[in-house]
Amino acid sequence: MTIEFETPKPIVQQQYVLKTVADNMMRPHSRYFDENEQEIPWDYITFMHQAMKASGAGSLAPKEKKKEDPGKPKHPPISYQLLAHMMEIISWGDVGMYLVTPGGGLGAAAVQAAGSDEQKKKFLARFMGDKPTFAAMCMTEAGAGSDTSAIRSTAVLDKQTNEWVLNGEKIFVTAGDKSLTQYEQSGKGFVVIWASIDPEAGRAGMRSFVVEAGTPGIKVSKKEHKMGIRASDTVSIVMQDCRVPFENILGNPTVEKTTKGFKGAMATFDATRPLVAATGIGVARAALEFVQEKLTEEGIEIRYGLPRNKLTTIERDIIDMEVMIRSTWLMILKAVWMADNRKPNALESSMSKVKAGDVVTRVTQKAVEIMGPLGYSREFLLEKWFRDAKITDIYEGTGQINRLVVARNLLGYRGSQLR
Amino acid sequence: MYSFEPNEEQKMLIDAVSRYAENDLRASAEEAEEGKKFPDGLIEKGWEMGILQASIPEVYGGFGEYSSVTGVLAAEELAYGDLAGAMAVMTPNLFVLPILLAGSEEQKMEFIPPVIEMEWKAFTAALIEPSFDFDATDLKTTATVEGDDYLLSGHKTYVPYAAEAEAMIVYANVDGLTQGFIVPAESDGLVVGEERNKLMSLNALPFYDVRLNDVRVPKANRLEGDFEAALAASRVALAALAVGVAKASLDYAIEYAKEREVFGVKVAQKQAIAFMLAEMAMEIEASRMLTWEAAWKLDNDKDDAFKAAYLAATGAIDMVMMVTDRGVQVLGGHGYIREHPVERWMRNGRGFATFTGLAIV
Ligand SMILES: Cc1cc2nc3c(=O)[nH]c(=O)nc-3n(C[C@H](O)[C@H](O)[C@H](O)COP(=O)(O)OP(=O)(O)OC[C@H]3O[C@@H](n4cnc5c(N)ncnc54)[C@H](O)[C@@H]3O)c2cc1C
Ligand SMILES: Cc1cc2nc3c(=O)[nH]c(=O)nc-3n(C[C@H](O)[C@H](O)[C@H](O)COP(=O)(O)OP(=O)(O)OC[C@H]3O[C@@H](n4cnc5c(N)ncnc54)[C@H](O)[C@@H]3O)c2cc1C
Repeated sequence: MTIEFETPKPIVQQQYVLKTVADNMMRPHSRYFDENEQEIPWDYITFMHQAMKASGAGSLAPKEKKKEDPGKPKHPPISYQLLAHMMEIISWGDVGMYLVTPGGGLGAAAVQAAGSDEQKKKFLARFMGDKPTFAAMCMTEAGAGSDTSAIRSTAVLDKQTNEWVLNGEKIFVTAGDKSLTQYEQSGKGFVVIWASIDPEAGRAGMRSFVVEAGTPGIKVSKKEHKMGIRASDTVSIVMQDCRVPFENILGNPTVEKTTKGFKGAMATFDATRPLVAATGIGVARAALEFVQEKLTEEGIEIRYGLPRNKLTTIERDIIDMEVMIRSTWLMILKAVWMADNRKPNALESSMSKVKAGDVVTRVTQKAVEIMGPLGYSREFLLEKWFRDAKITDIYEGTGQINRLVVARNLLGYRGSQLR
Repeated sequence: MYSFEPNEEQKMLIDAVSRYAENDLRASAEEAEEGKKFPDGLIEKGWEMGILQASIPEVYGGFGEYSSVTGVLAAEELAYGDLAGAMAVMTPNLFVLPILLAGSEEQKMEFIPPVIEMEWKAFTAALIEPSFDFDATDLKTTATVEGDDYLLSGHKTYVPYAAEAEAMIVYANVDGLTQGFIVPAESDGLVVGEERNKLMSLNALPFYDVRLNDVRVPKANRLEGDFEAALAASRVALAALAVGVAKASLDYAIEYAKEREVFGVKVAQKQAIAFMLAEMAMEIEASRMLTWEAAWKLDNDKDDAFKAAYLAATGAIDMVMMVTDRGVQVLGGHGYIREHPVERWMRNGRGFATFTGLAIV
């Protein structure tokens, strides 16, 4: 090991291809899908599905283990690093469209993290099928956002039929519609529902359940209208005596005095937070590059190397943006490098998520300000990126919740000592 | 490949330096600052670890290989102990490394070996000028050709150990370009101020003004290489020192906040404090990453290495001010009292915007 910052070849190649995707399949359609919120970018979705199927990229589905060739030198693992780069550049293209990339998203990640081998086989194989397929993760409820211990959805075992009976309502489910509604173009998806099997037991009673599209008793009840990321559907889901087979529970079916199941969900977040952070950095980079292009067109050059007190305000702003974006990106790389090398990375993951949430909102806000009438105009995408950016600081743990995670790590505190 | 783990040699170095930083530099920092003097032997002991020697090739009298990454790792550890002490241990770097980076073969062979002997000796450099619009790339000190010599003329400030230095590098403007000149202390017209400069911190480190009244130096003493390379090496060094100071403040604040009781709980249990600590940690990490990458780019001759070094230094200047300010804030009124080091670190912190060229790795 030694300190190194050379982008690995496979990543360079991947980025080259994805840049073309972003330029041709995303940017030209960004405005349309922003203005037509409930339409679905099938061209992009179908293209990505075929491309990912062909290359195996971005998929969480278990791979056939390759035989190891003892003669070959071992390459260090970089799959999370590949993913972070992919998400960054696709979000540079359009973060709303990134969110409708098929492959299972957080729903599949939950199965991957907490499911048995059999469950993984059963639920994850579909993402490599003929049609693009979606999955979603349903944690949030009207009364339970950051405070997930307040989840009121229930799962009761019907011993006669050996089925779980789910009741409750989930809100703000990303890709919930595409996961539960079977379109002509899409395969059969699923949602992962968090519910309590013992409301008295608090977090210890919380479990997750896979509910497949077409299951009676579950339906999309509302589609939200949002500030940004409007190419992505965000929906409410109602469960009324929704029955799923016993084996659809992820993790231990008995209530024990542990919060292991919940910790499983949180472990999923350790893995996905730097990836969400990467999407934010993609948006921030898009905004910075737009400003840089416009300044270059006007013949304005940034004079790197001058003392701070000799720079113009715009030069300072641009330099600050570069510092923020690059340093946060490196924090993300460190977090995913740790994940690839199986080092515990809860602290680094949350740090990168907090920073990215701050940075992308500040950068896009500043960019709109600097660009004046161009920044605020819908003739350009900058105002859209400003609207898209804010979600980075909200989902997968708000900036505040992730600050709590960081602080607890620094202080060696349990949740009860700092809440 | 990306990798964020120092190699075995670097780990051993970090280990040794951090022990010295804690047991020696930190232990005597308050006494040194208040008494305006390092305890006898303190700086010499740091020098004897051979950090600089290890980054000089054998032909020039060292026993290693130049690495900016290793340099920034060591600098962070030193500054974690004490910034003034760190800068004192590293003062001979100011003379040696610009020669290594921008000097000719002859200059390296002649001037480097005498400095990097086992004993710490004062060799230094004069870059900063006493003007609010000081700019290292647009100096007021001039060098003009006269026969086989240059005549240097101007006014320098913040020159560490100038009074006892055997020689120094003086930076001057040659037709719009900043260039270094190797100037022996006994040169005619080189006048070191009688009084030490008085600064907001770094009191144990002796700084002086230096005036150059047509100081004659042979053309052979001009470092003709790219000054930008030395400037970049200086920027990553300062960024790393800033990270070290900031980390010191954060760690102290964490320990204090876990002990201090307010309203029936530890003050660390209040989100207002806990969030400050979290943000301090994040900004430090951000700055450290940028510094490592810039150093790595310098080591690998990347096209944008100089820009990366500038960005790292720029980020670090804001970071260290923000972090050390909060370090004081977490301690409340006690943070303002000199019994606790956080106020010293905050005074250190404000200096980084001014310290251009005062450290190099
Ligand atoms: C577009 C979009 C997509 C989403 N996708 C999904 C999804 O796919 N699946 C899913 O399950 N959820 C999803 N969410 C929900 C998202 O994760 C929640 O909105 C988020 O966790 C915050 O919860 P809340 O909105 O209820 O805010 P609240 O929890 O009510 O928080 C309100 C404010 O209080 C702060 N706060 C809360 N607790 C604390 C505390 N202890 N200390 C300090 N401050 C605190 C928060 O940071 C926030 O600023 C999505 C949300 C949006 C907007
Ligand atoms: C130069 C100087 C002159 C002074 N003069 C006087 C004087 O004349 N008379 C006098 O009586 N006192 C005086 N003081 C004391 C001063 O008022 C206190 O230092 C101040 O009230 C803070 O208290 P503390 O230092 O104990 O900090 P603490 O109360 O220990 O606070 C430590 C940190 O925790 C934060 N904190 C504390 N409680 C909470 C909370 N509930 N939520 C979130 N954050 C919290 C504080 O803001 C601070 O950042 C003076 C102090 C100084 C330094």
